[in-house]
Amino acid sequence: MTTEPLKTGPLKTAQPVRPGRPRNSTPPIRAKARRAPLKRRKSLTLTVLCTVMLLYSLLPLAWLAINATKSQQNLFNSFGLWFKGFGFFSNLGDTFSYEHHIFARWLLNTLLYVVVGAGGATLLATLAGYGLAKFDFVGKKAVFATVIGAVAVPATALAVPTFLMFSKMGLTDTPWAIIIPSLISPFGLYLMWTFSAEAVPAEIMESARMDGAGEFRTFFSVSLPLLGPGIVTVLLFNVVTTWNNYFLPLIMLKNQDWYPLTLGLSTWNDQAHTAGGDVVFNLVITGSLVTIIPLIAAFLLLQRYWQSGLSAGSVKG
Amino acid sequence: MTITRRRGVLLGASALAVALAATACGSSSSGGGKSSSGSSQAASVSDADLQAALTAGGNLTVWAWEPTLKKVVADFQTKYPKVHVSLVNAGTGNDEYKALQNAVQAGKGVPDVAHIEYYALPQFELTKSVVNLDQFGAASLNGTFTPGPWNSVQSDGGVYGLPMDSGPMALFYNQTVFTKFGITTPPATWDEYIADAKKIHAADPSVYITNDTGDAGFTTSMIWQAGGKPYSVSGTTVGVDFAGDAGTQKYATAWQQLIDGHDLAPVSSWSDAWYQGMAAGKIASLTIGAWMPSSLESGVKSGSGQWRVAPMPQWTAGGKVTSENGGSSLAVMKASTNQKLAYAFLKYATVDEGAQTRVDNGAFPATVKQLNSPDFLNKTDPYFGDQKINQVLAQSAGEVAPGWSYLPFQVYANSVFNDTAGKAYIGGSSLADGLKAWQDASIKYGKDQGFTVK
Repeated sequence: MTTEPLKTGPLKTAQPVRPGRPRNSTPPIRAKARRAPLKRRKSLTLTVLCTVMLLYSLLPLAWLAINATKSQQNLFNSFGLWFKGFGFFSNLGDTFSYEHHIFARWLLNTLLYVVVGAGGATLLATLAGYGLAKFDFVGKKAVFATVIGAVAVPATALAVPTFLMFSKMGLTDTPWAIIIPSLISPFGLYLMWTFSAEAVPAEIMESARMDGAGEFRTFFSVSLPLLGPGIVTVLLFNVVTTWNNYFLPLIMLKNQDWYPLTLGLSTWNDQAHTAGGDVVFNLVITGSLVTIIPLIAAFLLLQRYWQSGLSAGSVKG
Repeated sequence: MTITRRRGVLLGASALAVALAATACGSSSSGGGKSSSGSSQAASVSDADLQAALTAGGNLTVWAWEPTLKKVVADFQTKYPKVHVSLVNAGTGNDEYKALQNAVQAGKGVPDVAHIEYYALPQFELTKSVVNLDQFGAASLNGTFTPGPWNSVQSDGGVYGLPMDSGPMALFYNQTVFTKFGITTPPATWDEYIADAKKIHAADPSVYITNDTGDAGFTTSMIWQAGGKPYSVSGTTVGVDFAGDAGTQKYATAWQQLIDGHDLAPVSSWSDAWYQGMAAGKIASLTIGAWMPSSLESGVKSGSGQWRVAPMPQWTAGGKVTSENGGSSLAVMKASTNQKLAYAFLKYATVDEGAQTRVDNGAFPATVKQLNSPDFLNKTDPYFGDQKINQVLAQSAGEVAPGWSYLPFQVYANSVFNDTAGKAYIGGSSLADGLKAWQDASIKYGKDQGFTVK
């Protein structure tokens, strides 16, 4: 279930950007081609170091993939990093059929939380970040301070107060209890803010206004395409956070029908911790593998945007 | 139902402090009136009333993680179609208690019925989160349950839950491994047990007689069997004394020999490594509650046919004294708006048809009727080489040492066991000193919470 290796993977391979490169218009491929004629020293130490890091990052993933093919019994009496018997498809079938297909339900719940929660958070962060970066108004500094302050407060610390508040409003044990807090992403807002300040030149906005476009038209037709890489970056951050969200659902949800995958897998794992519980480590492992596949897919598909988004931010730093 | 993860219960702590203050204020005025109102209510709710509540129907929310309850709830709804029960797994053990305390504090989302282990029940009773079931006539169930569990749900003359299962202790051992090391009869005394432990570990350093990395539930159960009474509780006055308790010292001295010899597998109970150790024959036995068979069959499938059950080893040769390990009850929450119906469900699940359903699905009964039924006693199980294990376990249930009580803040105390007594298992101190440190930590917490600590 860990996504650490994934998070660090693309970061490591992000291309450093030379100043003066036309922003956002150059795909990484071309950047590489252009860079090729430059003199580059090859460092053996660096290669070895990176290979070691790569193996270190891939090892848990390999372990997960290998052990998802083992039966409950074989998990205990075989070497952890090699195969024994091949029961992946029966594990997969059992994972989805166990307890009346509750796993499929959890998968759909997670998708719901991600699409509505992370999607909504990205939308709000984009609108707010753009607004703060491009418009002057009274109290802007106060908003800035609040956002920066909010970045520093861990979501975990807010979970219990949020629970007490939501329980007064009768929202606990409903999907809203997960979706509403997920909509707030101070870090995403901050990122979009700095990104908008850089990526959308005031001149372009000026000329759009001169041509008679209203602010909304300017935003959607002119600014939004320029913000693309930043939006994808924030979206990825939010998707990962929401997909892996554990503590908030743990506090908010009691009804298993609304559980996300993280919480559901944890209850399966906990069955081994109690007398008479059905021990299903094989399903926990297979379920974990299924859980991380959509994240891997999201990263592979959005990787190029993510990279250019990051590098655009790095120019400023 | 023993669980091993220990986490701080900070939320519980504050809730406890508030409730305790309230208790302290109220106790002087209501001390006399409580029992009289209890008895008058006892007369007002009869079996007919409960039957009427069941027929009238309603909605109940039950928080429990016990697997056999699913079937019980399904049967219950078939029998009483107007009652709708939503069974919610709000976490195992500590996780559920935390959620329960959060809900009580928030005043919303509190279930009607909650699954609470015996060691945790006093905490909920003291915070007045659960209802005294005397008002529904629970006192008349005296004799229905075996003595150990029945004592566990009573406090200050009230009944705060109905026992769901019990865990009289016994020695579960892998006969194949024992035989391999020349142990033909399971140890009958702790002296023999220690000798066997050393014999096994000396012959093969990768094999251990059992595992122990410091488990509060196991330790207190062992002290309980040794005749120790380190905890004394009377209302909000509590005493914690491991240092001067003879039973504690007897246990600590014996167990220290195993710790010193590194004869205990450094594996925590209920962990993946624990199941793996048993499956590989590296952990040869467990002294544990009678609810263990179904966990062995599900978690250690490869041990089928190898395991056997023997009486718990004794402190004196020929003795017949055991203790309880784990076990849990169902309680009615004070915030429930339909307490009568909730109690009717409790009775169905623990005394009436539900008790049999649960035993049929692998739970160990807390009821005398199920425990003594010939079907139960004569049941054989190929996992245990067709041994009639229930005879051993039922006998243990009848030999539980009386007079044990847990602290009203045992959930917290258990959560700090590893920070204090746990050090003994990694050579940081002796077990006796570790238990003294646990005592000090418990006393400090008790005082902070407003208890009078002796």
